[in-house]
Amino acid sequence: MAQKRGQRGASSSADDPEVVARVPLQAVLLADSFNLKFRPITLERPKVLLPLVNVPMIEYTLAWLESVGVEEVFVFCCAHSQQVKQYLNQSEWTKPAARLSVTTIESHDAISAGDALRVIYEKSVIRGDFVLISGDTVSNMSLAQALHEHKERRKKDPLAIMTMVIKHSKPSNVTHQTRLGTDEVIMAFDPETKELLFYEDKADPSQRIISLDKILLADSPAFYMHNDKQDCYIDICSPEVLSLFMDNFDYQHLRRHFVKGLLVDDIMGYKIFTHEIHSSYAARIDNFRSYGTVTKDIMQSWTYPLVPNVRYFGCCSNMKLDRQGVFKALDVVQSRSAQIGAVTLIGSGSTIGDHSVISNSVIGQECTIGRNVSVHGCYIWNNVIIEDDCKLNHAIVCDGVHLRTGVVLEPGVILSFKVEVGQQITIPAYSKVSLLPQPSIQDSDEELEYADANSGVIESPSITSMISTRNAELSSDYSVTENSGLSEVGISGVGYIWCSFEGGNDDEWRHSVAPIPASKLAELSHDDYEDPDVSYQEVNSTPVSGELRPDSEITGDDDADGTDYGDSADFDKEVEATFQRALTGVNQENVILEINSLRLSCNKSHADCAGALFLSVIKLGLEAPHSSNGELYQNTAKEINRWKDILKHYLKSVDEEIEIILKFEEICLEIATEFSPLFSTILSSLYEKDILSEDAILSWASEKEGADESDKIFVKQSERFITWLKEASEEDDEDD
Amino acid sequence: MPDLQALVTDFVLKLKRRKIEGSQATAKQTAELLRQVVSQQRMPYTNQASVLIDAVRAVGEQLIAANPIELAVGNIVRRVLHIIREENLSSTTAAMEGLGLTAGSDDDEGEHEDRPGLSAAAVAAAARSTLRAPSLQTLLEDIPESAVAPHPSSSGGDSEGKSKSADRSSRSKKLKHDVIEAINELIQDIDTCHELISEQAVEHIHQNEVILTLGRSRTVKEFLCAAKEKKRTFRVFVAEGAPRYQGHVLAKELVGKGIQTTVITDSAVFAMISRVNMVIVGAHAIMANGGVIAPVGINMVALAAQRHAVPFVVVAGSHKLCPLYPHNPEVLLNEFRCPSDLLDFGEFSDCMDYGSLGGSPLLHVVNPAFDYVQPKLVSLFITDTGGHNPSYVYRLIADYYSADDLVVQRNST
Repeated sequence: MAQKRGQRGASSSADDPEVVARVPLQAVLLADSFNLKFRPITLERPKVLLPLVNVPMIEYTLAWLESVGVEEVFVFCCAHSQQVKQYLNQSEWTKPAARLSVTTIESHDAISAGDALRVIYEKSVIRGDFVLISGDTVSNMSLAQALHEHKERRKKDPLAIMTMVIKHSKPSNVTHQTRLGTDEVIMAFDPETKELLFYEDKADPSQRIISLDKILLADSPAFYMHNDKQDCYIDICSPEVLSLFMDNFDYQHLRRHFVKGLLVDDIMGYKIFTHEIHSSYAARIDNFRSYGTVTKDIMQSWTYPLVPNVRYFGCCSNMKLDRQGVFKALDVVQSRSAQIGAVTLIGSGSTIGDHSVISNSVIGQECTIGRNVSVHGCYIWNNVIIEDDCKLNHAIVCDGVHLRTGVVLEPGVILSFKVEVGQQITIPAYSKVSLLPQPSIQDSDEELEYADANSGVIESPSITSMISTRNAELSSDYSVTENSGLSEVGISGVGYIWCSFEGGNDDEWRHSVAPIPASKLAELSHDDYEDPDVSYQEVNSTPVSGELRPDSEITGDDDADGTDYGDSADFDKEVEATFQRALTGVNQENVILEINSLRLSCNKSHADCAGALFLSVIKLGLEAPHSSNGELYQNTAKEINRWKDILKHYLKSVDEEIEIILKFEEICLEIATEFSPLFSTILSSLYEKDILSEDAILSWASEKEGADESDKIFVKQSERFITWLKEASEEDDEDD
Repeated sequence: MPDLQALVTDFVLKLKRRKIEGSQATAKQTAELLRQVVSQQRMPYTNQASVLIDAVRAVGEQLIAANPIELAVGNIVRRVLHIIREENLSSTTAAMEGLGLTAGSDDDEGEHEDRPGLSAAAVAAAARSTLRAPSLQTLLEDIPESAVAPHPSSSGGDSEGKSKSADRSSRSKKLKHDVIEAINELIQDIDTCHELISEQAVEHIHQNEVILTLGRSRTVKEFLCAAKEKKRTFRVFVAEGAPRYQGHVLAKELVGKGIQTTVITDSAVFAMISRVNMVIVGAHAIMANGGVIAPVGINMVALAAQRHAVPFVVVAGSHKLCPLYPHNPEVLLNEFRCPSDLLDFGEFSDCMDYGSLGGSPLLHVVNPAFDYVQPKLVSLFITDTGGHNPSYVYRLIADYYSADDLVVQRNST
């Protein structure tokens, strides 16, 4: 250290005499994102410590700060501050050899960047210009020029207090978001001085209207407006910025409040300038999409030298770069038949089994991947076990997750720490699974990050034990339809599936690691030409009313242009839920009323309702404990008998009855195969109870005559019953 | 020695972060650091050489791992190890001669396991040959004798070792001193390699010749300038050396020295090669088989030169001479630099929107730093010790390196 000081002194004396009294370049690093976008992962580990290509994000930021000549960094930590401090204490940054002094500042009541800066102001540690950066920024830009410009401006104009780094990035025409998954930002700046004149990050793309203050037009002779610039969230600030935050205690968000506040405030006249970078890289990881994007940029060396094969960070092992951008640690055990596709990184100590296919993914350290596993576009962290035949698609899998045989992860799934998923389970798209239950009260204020005071790794034994006992119960009665979130991760699975927040549904595909589905893009580009009001409808939210069927009784909704968003599976679920409520004692009339309204809102026919209801009834029969087919039949018959009134309500014509038979066929084939041997018996009992008429059964049979052999299983099964019916009707005819 | 440790970490960090540009600077700094290591090493009573070797190795291993692509680091580490061995050997021989011992082996100090001993005659032969000026003759003389007596008799070794211990103490300081002296010489060699190389320039560049080069190499620049200073008139074609366009810089420097210079694109090399008398390029490293690792684009120049039977000359200081073969697993032949040298990331960011293009990027930008040129394409190497054929390189290497040091990492783990 002593020697280092000596060097520093020597270098400063060698500089111009005017900067002899220079202060070392300082930086404020916010080790807290102050939002909830990385939940549920951030419940257990702070965002800055999440691995990005197997290196904690904060390493990238600190490495960059060091490379641009910052000498003193104040790391502000709030949520999980213990973990951040512990990490920094063990890292190379706090070793005496480090050329960067890292100091942590801790506060537990800060809920926004504004609060953080106020805390830092109170500590009065900032003595000169400083770099303000968030701990999740990856960059390789050189700051020298921006810093020089900033200082020059400051000399001429003490009101120029901040320089923002921006970068060219064209937002998509369709989704109006950048490749980092952030909303498009509209900026205006002076072409000569690069002074920022206007900043809007929450513009509603559907309205395509931006309101500019007319003073802006009056005051500046010319300005550029851009929507293709990306804010890198790297700012060079003067100490005044801190005092401004102090003065305006309501400033929370750096951009939304502070920047906009300064721009509209013409009393003080503070100015913000921009510095555009071209070839170098800078990006902030704001959401899961930018996590994926930045990961891929790193793997393609855009962030050189912060790339895996240059051992920039002390903590990573040696990587070997193969063709097509495949990075492999030297001690990876890979089966000969496993295929590693382009742009993939496999961390040290990982094993990959036979015939597994991996592409576009990052695999952490000490992971075990079984046979016939396909991993595409996934970010798998450390110590993950993936058993045979799993299929993972565009998912984030955190440390210690265990996927048992045959698990399928659909695009956009997030599995938080130590989640276990049982055999043959499919986790639906965009689900988030965590060991911790979702906080029930959803705070609408998105600025709040879950600030668990002094939380280490939250691993509450009570939760784990509770889960295991519940698992035990589950495995004892292997009911297929258990409504708790727990069963969704399967028998012997551990974890809760978080349901998405209301209104947050819209963001799921925007901010997920998965690529935007083609259907969604088509829909959005379609909407662009249509009524902007229908854009951003979500599949799972209530669909807009589509084209009404001609046979529907209800006419009223006239905007018939929208496509049919309703998914019959969703409808079935809704009906089932309503039906479940009927079980708990709601009046049957009310149930019918509710189902009717559902039918209208989802634009379904009576036949659909009948089918869905029938499905619910059958499931009820299935849920009751049974040991043999006979018992199952008994149960089902009982349930059918009990609910036949409601069913009959929807069976107004032969068409609907046929629908029921078709639905039943479907159930037997796909949903509950236990019923397939009972098909004909239940069919006859339905006939006996007057739920189905013989016309319906006969016309179903005749419809099926032309079908494939595979479709005719059930017709054949009930052949005797049908011939009996035919004979009976012929007899009837004769009687007539 | 926290100070030394700090120096090492500092240098490792610099290497890791690619802060040191150029083989020469790296080589020099490595040698200086190793000199520090040697001078700060506490010397025990016995086994001095092995202690020094272990210390240098431990540091060298870290340095090599820090930037495996910069082969000069490994070269210097091996050269220093070789120096220690040689100095030890010569002082031992001197001691032996002083004691009047003629037989038995004494070179097994500390290296019983991994070093085949040489016969006394071979030791004497090695001692005779000075370190700096090895010649083929001494090598030829050396080889058969050591082959005849590959293993020394270990029986008498111990007793003799004891009898000599008193003498060893007397030269305890001497070994370290000698090694440091030799390292100083090495540093000086690295410093002066450009002058030594450019002294030979007039022998290779003749009046009114047309020379082609690619990119910018300091050695090439000095070489050409030296020829110019000796009143040779010649023209130089400079291929610009995309994507870093160092050729532009070189052209500027050459014009500053009054050399007639033409800048061409890399892709025009083949068109121009028929008018060229000689190709002179620099190298990143010269491998043991005579192959060359050189800035990207040079293999293309070499192929063009071969097609038109134009001599392809590589100028490089001896610190670039790498004792490894390109097929050695620890040799990293290439490095992928930042693709933004080629493309402006912002401009092409919409081509790399993984969100809407099915999750995998369609556009890849690859920016390799180096080419590998086969030995058969190289006509001549000009190093500070003179001109050599590619087929002679392995001999040169035998002069500079000891076979035991080739794999620095594996032995020490």
